[in-house]
Amino acid sequence: MANRRLAPAAEQPASFAFSSENADWAKGQIEKYPEGRQASAVIPLLWKAQEQNGGWLPQKAIEAVAAELGMPHIRVLEVATFYTMFALEPVGRFWIQLCGTVPCDSCGARELKDYLHERLGAPGHVSADGNFSWLEVECLGACCNAPMAQINQDYYEDLTPDLLGTLMDDLAAGRPVKVGSQVGRTSSEPKGGADTLTDATLFDGSRVGAWRKRFEEHAADDTTSEGKSEAASSEQRAATDPKPAKPDAGRAAASSASDGPAQRSAGGEEPVKAGDKADAADATDSKAQPGHPTADAGVTVARAEAAGAEAGTQSDLPRDEPPPQPLASGASEDLGPDDATPPPTAAKPRKTAPNPGAPKTEGN
Amino acid sequence: MTKLIVDGTEVDVPAEYTLLQACEVAGAEIPRFCFHERLSIAGNCRMCLVELKGAPKPVASCAYAVKDCRPGPNGEPPEILTRSGTTKKAREGVMEFLLINHPLDCPICDQGGHCDLQDQAMAYGVDSTRYGENKRAVEEKYIGPLVRTAMNRCIHCTRCVRFLAEVAGVPDLGAIGRGEDMEITSYLESAMGSELQGNVADLCPVGALVHKPQSYEVRPWELSKTESIDVMDAVGCAIRVDARGREVMQIEPRVNEDINEEWISDKTRHAVDGLRAQRLDRPYLRENGRLRPASWGEAFAAIAAKTKSADPKRVGAIVGDLAAVEEIYALKTLMGSLGVTNLDCRQAGEAIDPAWGRAAYAFNPTIPGIEDADAILLVGTNPRLEASLLNVRIRKRWRMAPLAVGLIGEAVDLTYPHTYLGAGPETLADIAAGRHSFSEVLKGASRPLVIVGTGALSRPDGAAILAAAAKLAKDVGAVTSEWNGFAVLQTAAARVGALDLGFVPGEGGLDFAAMAEPGALDVLFNLGADEVEIGAGAFVIYQGTHGDRGATRADVILPGAAYTEKNATFVNLEGRVQTTNRAGFPPGDAREDWAILRALSDVLGKRLAFDSLGALRRALYAEYPHFAALDAVAPVDVAATVETLAGLGGEANRSSFASAVPDFYLTNAIARASRVLAECSSLARTRGLEAAE
Repeated sequence: MANRRLAPAAEQPASFAFSSENADWAKGQIEKYPEGRQASAVIPLLWKAQEQNGGWLPQKAIEAVAAELGMPHIRVLEVATFYTMFALEPVGRFWIQLCGTVPCDSCGARELKDYLHERLGAPGHVSADGNFSWLEVECLGACCNAPMAQINQDYYEDLTPDLLGTLMDDLAAGRPVKVGSQVGRTSSEPKGGADTLTDATLFDGSRVGAWRKRFEEHAADDTTSEGKSEAASSEQRAATDPKPAKPDAGRAAASSASDGPAQRSAGGEEPVKAGDKADAADATDSKAQPGHPTADAGVTVARAEAAGAEAGTQSDLPRDEPPPQPLASGASEDLGPDDATPPPTAAKPRKTAPNPGAPKTEGN
Repeated sequence: MTKLIVDGTEVDVPAEYTLLQACEVAGAEIPRFCFHERLSIAGNCRMCLVELKGAPKPVASCAYAVKDCRPGPNGEPPEILTRSGTTKKAREGVMEFLLINHPLDCPICDQGGHCDLQDQAMAYGVDSTRYGENKRAVEEKYIGPLVRTAMNRCIHCTRCVRFLAEVAGVPDLGAIGRGEDMEITSYLESAMGSELQGNVADLCPVGALVHKPQSYEVRPWELSKTESIDVMDAVGCAIRVDARGREVMQIEPRVNEDINEEWISDKTRHAVDGLRAQRLDRPYLRENGRLRPASWGEAFAAIAAKTKSADPKRVGAIVGDLAAVEEIYALKTLMGSLGVTNLDCRQAGEAIDPAWGRAAYAFNPTIPGIEDADAILLVGTNPRLEASLLNVRIRKRWRMAPLAVGLIGEAVDLTYPHTYLGAGPETLADIAAGRHSFSEVLKGASRPLVIVGTGALSRPDGAAILAAAAKLAKDVGAVTSEWNGFAVLQTAAARVGALDLGFVPGEGGLDFAAMAEPGALDVLFNLGADEVEIGAGAFVIYQGTHGDRGATRADVILPGAAYTEKNATFVNLEGRVQTTNRAGFPPGDAREDWAILRALSDVLGKRLAFDSLGALRRALYAEYPHFAALDAVAPVDVAATVETLAGLGGEANRSSFASAVPDFYLTNAIARASRVLAECSSLARTRGLEAAE
């Protein structure tokens, strides 16, 4: 990271004003904060301004945000120069922010950096075709899938120079690409698929109330129950532990579990809130149609249940039916026919992306 | 109160104290860079680390409150060690980090000799470096004509940023970038817009911000330092005049909690080069329309010839803005012995009569008293330019707890939020009549303060405005037995002293404007009045320091001493009596002003009854005892004066108020002679034009 300065005057647009849509959005952001604290909205507004201006912040945008929030210009400039997520000079159509912090570095970010150097030249310059510019940035918080890069709004993880090259080629050519891990893992689970929490009973709801039942049984009959399953014995251990966890004494966050999909389902409601569902559906509209590698049986159940819920059968489910599982973030109910691949099983992690348009990771 | 043990000494300090303050109470010295008593706490230099028993790491004492300390396991008071091995090692470590990127250029650095980093590196640092890499290089920044930057030296204490944002209220500086790339700059390297910007160079603990006008000119150890007071405005800031030989090199602020705390305005600081330029260093005599150098004897003879033959009714004396009490007293005594009643000191034509009482022309609540006010009405004044340090005090009051400030006059940026009420006397009348919402604010306040600027009084209807303001103050309960909420804001250092001496027209005497009329007088004695044009006809004797407007019109010029060249008494706008001290001698044949008048009185045959400054002061104190009480504001009966003023009545016209100070940087002859202030003035004018567009 070198000194960050505003772009030279020749590249600065003569003026900047929020589009009416963005201005309304900005007003909404400002209204989030109490009177006299409008300056708190500086980062969202700068971000929106950057988005509107093709990915970088011109001087006039900084001044417009300052005027909007009643801040001195220098205060907004301080914020804009502090965060590398604000580009102060024009960027390519795809702006690559390559993480170079320790976890990524030790997993090979240096090769990626060399690759970008070779392909695009020095950081901070837009490539001749206008497609790319790149910058090494500090940790972006996806360390478990290191090395990674952020390209425009999306994270691309588990990169190698080859994968990054293909990704860039696809992006430049306008082909759809897969966001997230480029080697097919789901979010940040281990490479090769999940190897913990694979017990189906964890997800089918059969354990709901098991602890209490066990406790009551234990209280009724004090004989040691031997030869039970590991799960049961661990529950028993929990029950007889001299220092049992005290759910009531825990953090306030612990109580939020009562609003989980399982509880909602048990209460006869729809397990997934309509709003959440809409959000999940929105996520699938992003330009790079992601595959949703669903790697365990639980999600399969969830999908079936979700489909049932859509058909309006949810409320008819008897209370002791296995409750549906929450959808994985971004999972969609309306997968197209292209995506109607057979649901994978827990034992067989999927290696290939379900979207036929996505790069064939195996081929690379 | 909380008990603490600092290096084995038990102290009892208020719980809201910081550890640094507690250590100072215990007499322990804590090094610091970013911490400053009058600024907010930043805690970013880490130099003030101390060992707190029980804390896992050394703590930054400036940012750690006494109330956050935990007692020992058996309830012992918290213990702080400022001389322990851990503390020493922490300081050495911090100092080593600070010096990693600090250039070793002390020999060419203007801060050398009064540098906090230099001193503290000597006291708390180690003697060598372990850092072999390249040092960081930072571009120089342009942040205005008064402060030069050497940004390699910056240690990012952010005192300058905090000063401008908090005290000056003009947040021009900021820190861009982050980490190693953090840089202090103004927005796109524009000049700072504050009239107090010179203070950032004083605050800078290293040589990153230094005073541009005297850069590479002075070393602190070659200066003789004289404590004095400032006369650039009527506030009377405490200053230290640093002279090398007979030349004044720089002016620095001095602490006076009652007036300027520890800040001074740029005009006060940088009028220094005006003390060297355009000086009158010998008497001049006008012959055949041209001024020629003359001897004191020739000059006095010419004056005597004119004065002796003149009718006292056709003789007058006027006093300008920079005259001290001593020479005004000498002039008044001399004119009295000549039977002259045409006397006036109200150069701007203020409608003020000392007969109404001192409360009619002084800032009665006093400057520290501003902090007690809970609503302020400014009438026809722009305190930011007329009395910058007083404005700082109002801003300080606003920062303590926001209060309602109403402004009638020019719509200006006062550096704190205020309500603009209107431009002229009719708004004042509306408020007085309760037709304006602000009158409710004033009525609801327990200590309202009405400040009338001299801009509002220097007009034909000035008396009516003063009466209206006094009546308003009376009606809203601004003047009670324990609160004096009626104030007049003077702009000239000489004015309150001259009015105290009663230097106004006597029986049948002409006032200032009448004396300046062409043909009004035969002989006019002008003691440093440079702001008005004196009409043709009179034989004008100008006694002053600079070749300004007054000297151009003069027929005889008597060279006097500037405020740094004489021991003189000034009364500030509050009525506080203070004295300057001589830091050097006047140039050439110039003499102290009272001595010139004493010598002239001899030639005129009306010898004044004192031969020394001591004798003069004895006579002065005998006649006006309150001048003997230095640094004190004599109590006056404000209520009676306000009662008198409110009864004056009169009809105000409808024209808008104008500030008494149109150009902050060029208010007197010394400032006009200064090249530095001329540059500031043109910059401020350009900025004003840009803002107008």
